[in-house]
Amino acid sequence: MGIFAFSAPDPCNAFITRIPEAEYGDGKLAGVSIAVKDNISTKGIPTTCGSKILEGYIPPYDAHVVELLRAEGAAIVGKTNMDEFGMGTTTENSAYGPTLNPADRERVPGGSSGGSAAAVASGMVAMALGTDTGGSIRCPAAFCGIVGMKPTYGRVSRYGLVAYANSLEQIGPMAANVPDISLLLQVLTCHDPRDSTSITAPYTHTPDPDIHGLKIGVPEEYFGKGVDPRVASIVWEGISLLERLGAEIITCRMPSMDYALAAYYVTCMSEASSNLARFDGVRYGPPADPKKQWHESFQERRRDGFGKEVRRRVMLGTFALSSGYYGKYYAKAQSARRNVAADFSRLFSEVDVLAGPTMPTIAFRLGEKSDPLSMYLSDILTVPANLAGVPAISVPCGKVDGMPVGLQIMGRWCADERVIDVAYAFEEGVSA
Amino acid sequence: MSSVSGSPAFKALEGDDEVIIGLEVHCQLDTRTKLFCGCSTDYRDDGPNTHVCPICLGLPGSLPAVNRKAVEFALKVAKALNCRVLEESEFSRKNYFYPDLNKGFQISQYDKPLAVEGWLRIEGDNGEKTVRITRVHMEEDPGRLVHKGGADRPKYTLVDYNRAGIPLIEMVTEPDIRSPKEARRFLNKLRATLEYLGVFDSEKEGSLRVDANISIQPRGWFEAHGKGMEGRGRTEIKNISSYKGVEKALTFEITRQKNLIRRGQRLETATRHFVETRGVTTASRSKEMEQDYRYFPEPDLVPLRVSDWCERIVLPELPDARHNRFMEEYGCSYNHARTLTGDLRVAEFYEKVAAVDPRIAATWVADTLLGELNYRDMNIAKVSPSHFIELLQMLREDVITDKSAVEVLRVILDQLAEGCQCEAPSTCVARLNLAKTADDGLDAVIEEVTEEHPQAVEDFHNGRKEALNFLVGQVMRKTRGRVDPGDVNRRLHEILSHGGT
Repeated sequence: MGIFAFSAPDPCNAFITRIPEAEYGDGKLAGVSIAVKDNISTKGIPTTCGSKILEGYIPPYDAHVVELLRAEGAAIVGKTNMDEFGMGTTTENSAYGPTLNPADRERVPGGSSGGSAAAVASGMVAMALGTDTGGSIRCPAAFCGIVGMKPTYGRVSRYGLVAYANSLEQIGPMAANVPDISLLLQVLTCHDPRDSTSITAPYTHTPDPDIHGLKIGVPEEYFGKGVDPRVASIVWEGISLLERLGAEIITCRMPSMDYALAAYYVTCMSEASSNLARFDGVRYGPPADPKKQWHESFQERRRDGFGKEVRRRVMLGTFALSSGYYGKYYAKAQSARRNVAADFSRLFSEVDVLAGPTMPTIAFRLGEKSDPLSMYLSDILTVPANLAGVPAISVPCGKVDGMPVGLQIMGRWCADERVIDVAYAFEEGVSA
Repeated sequence: MSSVSGSPAFKALEGDDEVIIGLEVHCQLDTRTKLFCGCSTDYRDDGPNTHVCPICLGLPGSLPAVNRKAVEFALKVAKALNCRVLEESEFSRKNYFYPDLNKGFQISQYDKPLAVEGWLRIEGDNGEKTVRITRVHMEEDPGRLVHKGGADRPKYTLVDYNRAGIPLIEMVTEPDIRSPKEARRFLNKLRATLEYLGVFDSEKEGSLRVDANISIQPRGWFEAHGKGMEGRGRTEIKNISSYKGVEKALTFEITRQKNLIRRGQRLETATRHFVETRGVTTASRSKEMEQDYRYFPEPDLVPLRVSDWCERIVLPELPDARHNRFMEEYGCSYNHARTLTGDLRVAEFYEKVAAVDPRIAATWVADTLLGELNYRDMNIAKVSPSHFIELLQMLREDVITDKSAVEVLRVILDQLAEGCQCEAPSTCVARLNLAKTADDGLDAVIEEVTEEHPQAVEDFHNGRKEALNFLVGQVMRKTRGRVDPGDVNRRLHEILSHGGT
C-alpha cells in the first residue's frame, strides 16, 4: 500500500491525463506504475479517447481491466494519448496533439496506442495497457522498440473499453520485455460475465524459451510488395535466429491477404459509425443549443466534436451499412473475414505459429502519412490477426536507420502461451 | 383461390371491398430487471434517471449482457403462439438518431428473430379463425422524453432513462385480420395469453404499443395475389398505445381510405400517426418514412441458441384450455366460459368463488359483476373473493333475492370505488334490511294489497291475467324487493284461486 509519485517529465506528449500521486495496493503488481490508454474507462479520471467530444467526461465506473489492475496493487499513473477513438496508425489524430517517438522525436510513435508505447519506451512507466483493433498495440510497440501483444479475442474483457470496432478489438499488455507482458497478461485474463464475448481461459503461464521442434510458418505475403526491403531483411535475420534456437521454418502462403485490408476497414468503419452515434451532444461534451431543432444540434455537435479522420470513417461506415450497399460492403467484408480465418486454420494445421514483420516500414516522420489511403495500407500485416481473432505479439528485432523494427509472432486461437514462448525465446536469443 | 379476375383494370364496386389488417404489437416483458443490465424495471414511484447504470445509459465502454429471464419469457410467448424457434437467432443494431436514444442505436432483432411462423386462434367476425404470426422478437425500449412548458411548443425537453433497456417483445402478424373488431379481439386474446404466461402486466405504464397496417382491397384480391392492388397502398399507423385506440384508429382509417377510393384517388403506401385525443390519424413527414436503420448484427452479443431450451419449457394452462376446462369442470356455457377466461384475473377470481355453486357463480361473475365493474371502470382485483362467496351463499340459500344481491353488490363496489373499506355482504344486508320477508309476512302484505285493490282482484277472477301482474307489482313495491317475484306470483295465485290455506 502506498502512493506512487509520478513526476517523470513527458517530452513526447505521451499522456493526456497524469495522476501525480497514484495510490497502489498489494498484489502481483504492487507499486508497479502502469499507464492506461485513454479509451479505457477509469472511475473518477477523465476518459477522452483523444477526442474533443468527450472533453469533461468523467466516467462513474472502472473498466474490468482497471478493476483487475487495482486489485493486484498497480499504480495507475495516467491516461495515454491516442488517435481519436483509435482511428489512426500514428497518434497524430488526437485532439490533444501528437505523441512523439522517444527514439526520434521527429517521428511518430505509431498508433493508435502511441501514448502507451512512448510512455513505456521512454521509461516513464513500467507497463501500459493498449488496445488493438487492427494493430494499434503492435504497431506502436514495433515503432518504439518495446513488446506489445494483442491477446486472443475474448480472453480479456472489453467491459469499459470505449468501442471503436467491437468485433475486432482487444485490450492488451505493453511492456519493455516479454516476462512483463506475461505478468500483465496473467492479471488481465479473467472471465467477465459483463462481456458476452469474454471466454473462460485464464492465462497462468510462465514463459518458456525452449522452442525445439516448433514449426514456424512464414507467409510470403509478409515479405511482399510495400514492405521496406531493409525491414524485410532484418526480420528474416530474426527468423533465422529462431531457426538456430531449434525451430523449423516453413514458408507458406496466405492468399486471403489480398482482401484482408478491405475487409478490415469496411468492418471497423461500419461498427464505428454505430458506436460513435451516441456522441450527439445530449449527454457528453458541450451542451446542445436549445434554440435549434434537435437534429440540427446533433449535426453541429458531431461536426465540431469529431476530428477529420473520425468524420471520414463514420461517413464511410454509414455508407457501407446503408440499405442497398450492405450486401456489397458489410456482408462481403464478413465473408472475406471468414476466408482470412479459414486461411489461418489451414496454416495452423501445419505450423505452430506464424512469423513476419509487424509493420512494413519503420516509424513515419510526423505528417508523412497525410494521405489516408497510404496510412491504411500500412496496417496490412497487423489486421489479419484481428480479423481472425488470434493472438499476436510484436517484439523488438533490431533497427533500421536507428529506428526500431518489430518481429510479429501470431498463434492459434487461444494459444497466447505459445506466442509468448516464441517471443521470449527470441528476446533471450537476441540478448545471449 | 378466389374467382376475382387478376386484371389490374378490375375496379371494385362499393361494398365489394374488404379490409386487410396486420398488426405489430410491442409488449413489455414483466421481468424484474432490464434486458441488458441489472437495473430494476419497477421505477413507478421513483424520480427520473434513478433506475440507471452505465449499461442502460449507454455510457462509453459499457456492454450489454442478455437477461436470461427475458429470453425465457420471450420463449414462453413464442411457444404459446405456436412459433418455430430459430436454432440460431441474433440481436442486431437498429441505427437512428433521436434524443431519447442513449446509444444512437436500439438493440433489436432483425433478420434472425427469436421465432417465426406461429398462429393464434381468435373469435373472428364469422366464427373462429386463425391469425398467423410472422415473427416474434426481443428488443430494448429507449428512454422517455418529457417536454416542459406545453406539449405543442415545449420550452425545453428532459430525458428520463428509467425506461431505457426495459425488455420488449414484438409480435408481428400476417395480414389476416379483416376488421377493427377482429383486431381488438386479437389483442384481447394476445393479452390474455401473455398474462396467463405470467410474462406481461397490462396495468403497467407503456406496457403495450401497436403499429397497425391497413389497406382496403377488392374482395378476394389479397388472397389471390398475396399483395395489395396497385393504387391501394397500405397505411402504417404508428404507436397506438391502447386497445381501444387500435379499434378507433383502424375505423377512422377505413373511412378515410374509402373516401379517397370513392373519389377515385390512388392510395400510396404511407405512415400515419394516431392522435388519441382526437381519434384521427395524421400524415407523418415523409422524412420519417425514408428512415434507413442500417441494421447489422450486434457485435457485443453472441448469437442465441435456445431452441432446445424452448422445448424443455412447460407452459401453464392457456386461455383456450381453460375455456374448455371451465365448460367441462364447472358446466359453464360456451359464452360464460369465454368471458370468464378472457382475462386471467377474472378466471382466477371465478375459480376462487365457483365452489359455492359453479353455475350461479358463472352468471354472477360473467354477467353481473363484470358489468358493474365495467360501469365503474374498476378492476376485479379490488373485489374480495370471500365477500363474493358470502353473497353467492346468501343467494343460494335463498336469504336474499337476485334484486337485493345486485343492490348489495352495487353498494359494496361503490364503497370500494371511493377507496373505502367495504362492508361484508351480510352486514350490508342487515343494515339495509334486505333479508327476504318470511312467507307469513308475505301473506299479510298480499292481504293488504288485495284489500286495497278489489277491482284488480275482480278482474283476475274475470280471467284478466294481467291483473295478477299488477298485484304482484304492488306487493313488490310494498316489500321493497325483499321478496322473490316468483314467490309472490305463486302465492297470490294460490290465495286468489283457493282463498289460501
